Amino acid sequence: MDARDTIFAAIRRSLGVTGREGPRRAAVAERLKTHPAGVIPARGNLPPRQRIDLFRAMVEAAAGTVEELSTYDDVPSVVAAFLRAHNLPPAVRRGEDPRLAAIDWERAPSLTITVGRADGSELVAVSHAFGGVAESGTLMLVSGKDNPTTLNFLPDTHLVVVAAGDVHGDYETLWQRLRVAYGAGQMPRTVNLITGPSRSADIEQTLILGAHGPRRLHVMVVGSI
Amino acid sequence: MTATVTSPSFKENVRTALADRQLQEALSFGLGFVQRRRQAADRLPEFEALRDAARDIKNHTLAHLDLYLGAYEERVVASGGRVHYALDAEQARGIVLDICRRTGARVVTKGKTMIAEEIALNDFLTANGIAPVETDLGEYIIQIRGEAPSHIIAPAIHLKKEQVEADFRRVHGNLPPERNLTEPAALLAEARGVLRERFLAADVGITGANFLVAETGTSIIVTNEGNGDLTQTLPKVHIVLATIEKLVPTLEDVAQLMRVLARSATGQDMSVYTTLSTGPRRPDDPDGPQEYHVVILDNGRSAMLGGEFNDMLRCIRCGACMNHCPVYNAIGGHAYGWVYPGPMGAVLTPSLAGIERARDLPNASTFCGRCEEVCPVRIPLPRMMRAWREREFERRLSPATVRSGLKFWAFFARRPRLYGAATTLVAPVLALVGRARGRFRWLPLAGGWTRTRDFPAPQGSTFQTQWANRRRR
Repeated sequence: MDARDTIFAAIRRSLGVTGREGPRRAAVAERLKTHPAGVIPARGNLPPRQRIDLFRAMVEAAAGTVEELSTYDDVPSVVAAFLRAHNLPPAVRRGEDPRLAAIDWERAPSLTITVGRADGSELVAVSHAFGGVAESGTLMLVSGKDNPTTLNFLPDTHLVVVAAGDVHGDYETLWQRLRVAYGAGQMPRTVNLITGPSRSADIEQTLILGAHGPRRLHVMVVGSI
Repeated sequence: MTATVTSPSFKENVRTALADRQLQEALSFGLGFVQRRRQAADRLPEFEALRDAARDIKNHTLAHLDLYLGAYEERVVASGGRVHYALDAEQARGIVLDICRRTGARVVTKGKTMIAEEIALNDFLTANGIAPVETDLGEYIIQIRGEAPSHIIAPAIHLKKEQVEADFRRVHGNLPPERNLTEPAALLAEARGVLRERFLAADVGITGANFLVAETGTSIIVTNEGNGDLTQTLPKVHIVLATIEKLVPTLEDVAQLMRVLARSATGQDMSVYTTLSTGPRRPDDPDGPQEYHVVILDNGRSAMLGGEFNDMLRCIRCGACMNHCPVYNAIGGHAYGWVYPGPMGAVLTPSLAGIERARDLPNASTFCGRCEEVCPVRIPLPRMMRAWREREFERRLSPATVRSGLKFWAFFARRPRLYGAATTLVAPVLALVGRARGRFRWLPLAGGWTRTRDFPAPQGSTFQTQWANRRRR
């Protein structure tokens, strides 16, 4: 018996089962197939405008910043202004996300855009989120060439675009969207749930931003106004 | 078994801890977690309902653990990952070393994982020519000090910033003396720079897992720093270390647990980074590891299933119990002598390291019950500590003086009239002797009490006598 067999046998012995019992197997299969939702806080269950307001309040409570834009074409000037305001060079890296690619970046001619994953030399990255959760001010980003995961962690400043219609009240809505996008039981390599910039309180419990991930997180909600 | 267990010298450890001024000062910062948890719980009307749901999900999963583990394994393999099984610490270490050797790894970065502590992985890797680098700031600090973590989520909570500065200066060779490192922000910036290089150079990244999701074959880590993410995304190989009770059935179930985890731990609604990883990079991915390995470890958990300590397997490692424990807040985590301190350590350490070595831990409690009150998955910690005390007594592990003291008291407690007669004799004597000060600084046979406390002098007449008298009137 190898380790695997031994462990399964030990578990079954402790539980007093053989593993072949019908009702148990049915209960597990059922739960995996129907993935019933549990307690969902009422907090995020709001009409769209109030949901965005809550999302904004929660992101700010986590030390992020939020700006609302009417269309994608406003993104370049907003990004350029943000970089100027923080004394950052006008250079950003983004992934191949079609929504970001479709933007007319020439509207901010001073901006240098490069496309691809991060390697540690970039100061600023722009990503497009899969969605947001108003309940806690959380962004969901998924891996892939559209929005490489390294863009979320290596650069010092992370600018994230999220469509207003993709800001939901709870996580459960996003799990369901992932199932539709990737198939039942399937997932991309990485799903990041991000709430604010990186932080640590490990030294005398003093809270400091920018531990290893970005020290600045700026969220641009497009299409809410 | 695993890393050095100093729990047998708990009483000695406690004396050292109480006399350690720097530790006591550092521990005084501790109460912030308590307040923040309270505030986070108050802000969420559904918090209590979520605790019930979290408990029920864990119970259901444990009762069907063999089936969920099988389902989980299937999904990991389907997504291109590999699952390895380890019965104990030695097997787990061997698997990790094999993977590292096969990929020619020399530098390994690590996210925070208590399992790695439990199996004493770092020393083992070092002894085999592989350099493990802790990346969680607190873990990094204690690594360069050669210490163990003293809290399961804030490993360096026992240190003051001056101590950290001294360590950085000792270890980071090129630091100019005039560089100001007196503030935590400066220390963090220094660590960030040093660790960034290691992240980029690592061949293998090792993380733990807060949860393993059976529905999708996903491992989940929760951090505030982002170090776990850099650890698992940049190297060619990602190894996840997890014990069997980390299983959770579905993403919806995980959302329930996520909602109580950070709130119970630090008072945040969500930690900054909750990351779900499934398999290695996909064909189109520009980044991510090429290999994804999950090491599933038993190390004593299957023996706890279905038994008296089954409920301890619900633990989601939030740390709320130790944050609220008056004993932990007085002595810190190192005194407990092993990986898991505080109330959860007092229950888990005897299960995993043996009651013979850990017998003092379940006794270091007043059963105030705060731990159970704040546990997000409602583990009845005092009940289980009492169960350990009973087992310890049955197995004659308590010292002879304790056993004979208890026998002596039990003799009288079983004979109420004799008990009453004895106290009626003793109380007036004590009252007479203690009348001047009203309390005793020393009493024969009561040294354990009077060494640090005064014993109040009785009034002279026992409660039973006064009660009987009043009823007669």
